[in-house]
Amino acid sequence: MTSTTLPASSLATPAQIPAAGSADFTPRYWLFSLPAVLIIAGVIVFPWLFTLYMSSQDWKIGGGPEFVGLQNFAELFRDARFIESMGHTFYFTVLAVVLPILFGTAAALVFHREFPFRGLLRTIFVMPMMATPVAVALVWTMMFHPQLGVLNYLLSLVGIGPQAWVYSPNTVIPTLILVEVWHWTPLVMLIVLGGLAGLPREPYESALIDGANAWHMFRHITLPLVWPFIMVAIVIRTIDALKAFDTIFVITQGGPGTASETLNIFLYLQAFQFYKIGYASAVVVIFFVIIIMLSLLLLYARQKSKWNA
Amino acid sequence: MKRLATKLGFYASVFVLVSPAVLVFLWMISLSFKNELDNTAFPPVFIPNPPTLANYVDVFAKNNFALYLWNSILVTGGAVLIGLAVGVPAGYGIARGKAHKFAILILVARMTPALSYLIPLFLLFQITGLVGTVTALVITHLVITIPIIVWIMIGYFENVPMELEDAARIDGATTWQAFRHVALPLARPGIVVGGILAFIFSWNNFIFSVVLGGKASRTLPSAVYNSLTFEQISWGPLAAAALLVTLPVLLLTVLAQREIVAGLSAGGLKDG
Repeated sequence: MTSTTLPASSLATPAQIPAAGSADFTPRYWLFSLPAVLIIAGVIVFPWLFTLYMSSQDWKIGGGPEFVGLQNFAELFRDARFIESMGHTFYFTVLAVVLPILFGTAAALVFHREFPFRGLLRTIFVMPMMATPVAVALVWTMMFHPQLGVLNYLLSLVGIGPQAWVYSPNTVIPTLILVEVWHWTPLVMLIVLGGLAGLPREPYESALIDGANAWHMFRHITLPLVWPFIMVAIVIRTIDALKAFDTIFVITQGGPGTASETLNIFLYLQAFQFYKIGYASAVVVIFFVIIIMLSLLLLYARQKSKWNA
Repeated sequence: MKRLATKLGFYASVFVLVSPAVLVFLWMISLSFKNELDNTAFPPVFIPNPPTLANYVDVFAKNNFALYLWNSILVTGGAVLIGLAVGVPAGYGIARGKAHKFAILILVARMTPALSYLIPLFLLFQITGLVGTVTALVITHLVITIPIIVWIMIGYFENVPMELEDAARIDGATTWQAFRHVALPLARPGIVVGGILAFIFSWNNFIFSVVLGGKASRTLPSAVYNSLTFEQISWGPLAAAALLVTLPVLLLTVLAQREIVAGLSAGGLKDG
């Protein structure tokens, strides 16, 4: 946003030619990065490359690797459980992006205004995002209990019958989306709030003179100006929703049956319950390709928004 | 009249926005201070009457909570300190050396699911005999702390004017001295922001400890999760444990709200 951030230009144009004279002192800055480069090579780049290697192997923990080429990938696309988990991930991701974007943008418009206790209320609003996901997921689990849960009681107060929440294959994914929306709407709010903070005053003043109402001003001035920030929020939300794991794992472990088994849960079970690490690595590679494409989209969106991520 | 209605509508929307967060956290607190009878009562009992500390006593007495707390402190503390030690200079090196490709690598690392690092690291730790040790967890948590710290420091160092360091160098300072005595003090807010976010993401991490932690080395989130699966469900102690796990992070959110907002605007990403 302001002083804290990486100028958009520096990353948006990675191929930029360094200013004259800067090239010759570049090497001496390498030493500063060296320790981090070594550690990143070990714990981040090595796992990436090794995963790529493992994805070409038929390998179960305890046994040895055997080269099978692309067979893991071919097998994946014939695996009904994998296809089903892709479907779940898609369903979950679409709603876990759209809803927080809508609510988060609305929340940003509210918190952009001045009102008493704004700072305190904003802190409370942001808390779900920082809270330990496992701790929160445990409380949600108790709240979803069909007989003793507080949610069904609260619904009964307004005349709605008891819901099965995570205990029915039909409602489990919407329920998990509810938790995800609760968790991550604040992040969208913060990003959009950053966009609102930089809005110019003049268009509103002239619109007021022209007799525009609040909705018109939002639709024709605020939204177009903030749109690039919303784009950034959409890409970040998409990546985060694809990565959702902790809460799903704690609340349902992919159940009932496989009704809430997303790509992430599928991957975990293949690797650490069935010990098929070659097969699981192929899932990671597919995942990785999706993430890279979305990252490029993020760089592009940020360049458009001049949002200094 | 119309203005009053607009005002009331506005406060109603504030209430609607804040209440889901309030509901969940208050319910968590409520569960943790009630006895088991009230916790499983229907209709639910909202206000503990009388409040009991028995659940908290239970957490410490029955569950080895102190050990897991210590593990969490070691793992998060170690990963954040190492992360700062190597990440701050790296942020400087990238910002000044204009290493854009390296910066993009860091960005991709931030976006890769934590889960995808687990299989290779698990094999690596198996070969080296580190599975189930705190050391393995500290090393793994570097996957979280280093990218976020480097990413945030790049932004801060790029905003430190180069002229100041040039002036220092003209006065005979080495590159290291220019970094240490000019750029570093100016980028101190970045170190605070990066350190806080790295702490929160590392503290909240669950999956690394589930797979790589042993009975004696696991951190709080996975320890609490395990108490859910191995004992019969008792809501009071579980809520008390959950609250204790997330309390440091919530306190930090309240105390360092400004830094966290600044950092998230810069990093813009959750962990994992």
